[in-house]
Amino acid sequence: MTQIVTIDPVTRIEGHAKIALYLDEGGRVVDARFQVKEFRGFEEFCQGRSFWEMPGITSRICGICPVSHLLASAKAGDAILGVQIPPAATKLRKLINWAQIVQSHALSFFHLSAPDLLLGMEGEPAKRNFIGLLQKHPEIGRNGIRLRQIGQAIIRLLGGKSVHPSWTLPGGVGDPLSPEELSEIKSMLPDGFHIIQLALDLLNDMLSKYEAEIENYGNFPSLFMGLVTPDGGLEHYDGLLRVMDSEGRLVEDKVSPEDYRVIIEEAVEPWSYLKFPYYKPHGPDGLYRVGPLARLNICDFAGTPRADRELRQFRRLSPGGTPVTSSFHYHYARLIEILFGLEKIAETLEDPEITDPHVRSKAFVNQSQGIGVIEAPRGTLFHEYHVDQHGILQKVNLLVATGHNNLAMNKTILQIAQRYLNGSRITEGVLNRIEHGIRVFDPCLSCSTHAVGQMPLHLQVLNFRGGVEVELTRD
Amino acid sequence: MSKTRHKKIRLATAWLGGCSGCHMSFLDLDERLLDLTEAAELVYSPLADIKELPEGIDVILVEGAVANTDHLKLAEQIRSRSKIVVSFGDCAATGNVTSLRNRLDLEDLLATVYQEGPGKISQQDELLPLLLPKVLPLHQVIPVDVFIPGCPPDPERIWAAVTALLEGRPVVLSEKMRRFG
Repeated sequence: MTQIVTIDPVTRIEGHAKIALYLDEGGRVVDARFQVKEFRGFEEFCQGRSFWEMPGITSRICGICPVSHLLASAKAGDAILGVQIPPAATKLRKLINWAQIVQSHALSFFHLSAPDLLLGMEGEPAKRNFIGLLQKHPEIGRNGIRLRQIGQAIIRLLGGKSVHPSWTLPGGVGDPLSPEELSEIKSMLPDGFHIIQLALDLLNDMLSKYEAEIENYGNFPSLFMGLVTPDGGLEHYDGLLRVMDSEGRLVEDKVSPEDYRVIIEEAVEPWSYLKFPYYKPHGPDGLYRVGPLARLNICDFAGTPRADRELRQFRRLSPGGTPVTSSFHYHYARLIEILFGLEKIAETLEDPEITDPHVRSKAFVNQSQGIGVIEAPRGTLFHEYHVDQHGILQKVNLLVATGHNNLAMNKTILQIAQRYLNGSRITEGVLNRIEHGIRVFDPCLSCSTHAVGQMPLHLQVLNFRGGVEVELTRD
Repeated sequence: MSKTRHKKIRLATAWLGGCSGCHMSFLDLDERLLDLTEAAELVYSPLADIKELPEGIDVILVEGAVANTDHLKLAEQIRSRSKIVVSFGDCAATGNVTSLRNRLDLEDLLATVYQEGPGKISQQDELLPLLLPKVLPLHQVIPVDVFIPGCPPDPERIWAAVTALLEGRPVVLSEKMRRFG
């Protein structure tokens, strides 16, 4: 008889999911499944609609990273129009994207993960949340609020609202940046730089305390994928695809994002509707990771002074200069990307072209397909549209960041469960460690289930009531 | 907000079928979250770790539409355990983007999904959260006391509504705060 332990729902992540842990007779963990419980249907119900509507609709896939979908959708639209967008529009899109990196990463670090890091992985569950953090460490909590607020405020200034702005569209953006808005953004940056430095110091001071977690929270060799600039720098808006193995060898480089299907295939597991993308040449075991950790591993340099200094520090985590393989270091990578984002925002605001009023190229449908790619906070995001001559969508494919990490998340929770959990010691705190293994990836499940929902294989729907509920039977 | 209250209001938030954007807008209250914790205790939320919806909730903000049987069950629990249920955002209030799949036949939709992957999914089991044939707004499933429209509702209207609720006043939103989208 096998024992199944479930964690339902997984909290402090975006979306609906549960974790099922399978234990053998000796109480050893033999399998772990991260199961996503929702269905959205975007790829299907968007067929028959106009591609012009897609930025507005697809931004509603996710309330945390709406800007990523806006931008990927607008870029796919640019390709359908067959236009080059005005330089100011490109710069403004980059600006809003970095603002989103700042706010989304701040949310992940301070609001969702810091309660574990600062109140204890096995701390009191009733207090182990952002409110508890505010009470115990008010300064850190307030800093988290402020840093996220800076990102959200920049998005609001540019796009009109902080969640689901409709400012980006095929051909460019809706409005230019006014000099007043520019100086308002500038005025917020010193606070941001101050807070991110404190956060980096805070995390670095904690690392020695978390040696066991670093060793066991998703620490395994894998491929890493993301965009880099044509000369190999850290990139979030454009660029070329690169895949690196854990020895630091380039498995793929300078792959045009339009050719993503050459290197990525999607598998389906019988126990989940959620697809499992893999690196095609390696077959269904071709596990790769995306997002902050992957981006910092694959790039040759960051390209801004302070982020490059931090990147050198980050690389010392792996002796020999090979990629950093512990998923626990997603936290560190995220903070470095916030610093990078702030530096890029500051740099871009100095560009005289940024307030140029020409921000939109106009055209009709010139191409029957368009692929838009972007580095979302959680990783590489693809929007692929096929349209008829009127721009009506015939086929839509969305490949999102959280999906790429699906194999890695499953492997991570198995690793943590095998290290910390056994049949005779199942505590709420240990289960929270396993949940933290999901939180390091900062998944966005509303995004990942844009197309498909989830279906666990086993029959019982198990609840988690105020502690641990164990389900005992399975043939 | 009045701070003379002796007992803190038991506040909760929940999400059904949606994008979490309403919760993000709630977090956009920023520093006002600190004032909120003075007046209210957050007893349940996807942003906190209590896994089971507790009894005796005073006010609960419910984001998202009712799209599967899990949502249906949670909505019923929410109603029976809460004094004031707030339909929070356009998906809860109208179905909004979550309900865009309603024009499609559910079986066809699932069939497309099954066939597209290179793998195969076994048949959906009856004990699993089943998708409802049509996505429903919250008030079609349970009686709702307050509506806060918006996709998402902006922080100002959330603040206007929440402060009124915590002080026991009726929620009166200005015309500008009652718009969808």
